[in-house]
Amino acid sequence: MSYLPYALAVWIFVVGLYGVVTSRNFVHLVVCLAVTQSSTYVLLLAIGYVDRGTAPVFADVPTGTRAVDPVVQALTLTDIVVSVTVAALLLALAIQVQRRNGTMNPDELNELRG
Amino acid sequence: MTRQLRIGLFALSAAGLTALLLWSVAGLPAFGHYHERYGTLLKKVAVSERHTTNVVTATVFDYRGFDTLGEEFILFAAVVGVALLLREVREEGGHARRRDRLVSDPVGLVGIGFCAALLLIGLYVVAHGAITPGGGFQGGVVLAGAFALIYLAGDYRSFRALTPQPAVDFAEGLGAGGYAVIGVVSMVLGSAYLHNFGPFGTAGTLASGGSVPMLNLATAVEVTAAFVLLFTEFLQELPARSGES
Repeated sequence: MSYLPYALAVWIFVVGLYGVVTSRNFVHLVVCLAVTQSSTYVLLLAIGYVDRGTAPVFADVPTGTRAVDPVVQALTLTDIVVSVTVAALLLALAIQVQRRNGTMNPDELNELRG
Repeated sequence: MTRQLRIGLFALSAAGLTALLLWSVAGLPAFGHYHERYGTLLKKVAVSERHTTNVVTATVFDYRGFDTLGEEFILFAAVVGVALLLREVREEGGHARRRDRLVSDPVGLVGIGFCAALLLIGLYVVAHGAITPGGGFQGGVVLAGAFALIYLAGDYRSFRALTPQPAVDFAEGLGAGGYAVIGVVSMVLGSAYLHNFGPFGTAGTLASGGSVPMLNLATAVEVTAAFVLLFTEFLQELPARSGES
């Protein structure tokens, strides 16, 4: 049990990669990449968890209360921002591909054109 | 490479990768037994030193404020990148004038109600960032959601009318630049770049935390503007539909 949350993160990562590899549509591919990235949130938050700890917010609990680690939570926030920006840029590129090649299927982009 | 070959190769390497990843996470401290000194220290000092009861916000905008400056500019650069990529294509294509789809009156009415509620929740989450869970990033996304709802429940024209391009562009620059300028204010006051400057106020009140609420607000403005700009760019890609009016 004590390593199960980490194994979950590994599983999400590999499932996301499977989606990326087998994708037949660029929008689907971007969503799969977002799934892959979300495994890192699970991993970070799982690492920072402290047994029976509350959120590191001491607004209505006294300051010494047992709480989970705030640093990994701040890192997760950065992680999410990066994930969103990557998704936005890739979707913009997908629109470009559709305009120039008339397809959203990565398999149909095999031939190089001069 | 054929599809079958690719999936076969992936299955092989994924099995290896999974084994390696599982091996590496087995070396981590057991779940629930993490006691890293940095986080433990921040939990102890954030409330007494900075009067911010939300230690995550204190970490993001104070103790690791310089990281967040980089984060702000990642977002800024991505929005500029999307605008550049899409605008170039649009100018080549030059499409026809788009027409609005019509939304039924009840949908529009409920949408306006939700929009007002979202605006209020967004402002609440931003304002209480240093006290309770929330902050500029989270609240900014909620606020941008309210603008997206104007398009969903209303029409494209109202969305554009309520988010004039020059104002959104200005807000985007103001948020990112404001964050950097607040850092310079620290230097003028004689401390390191982005070092928190007082007065810290009373913990648990809106004005507590010194420069944390200011950086929080700058971030909220930047994130809201960034998402509204992204919506605008992607909405302009929708093909002009005809015969719906």
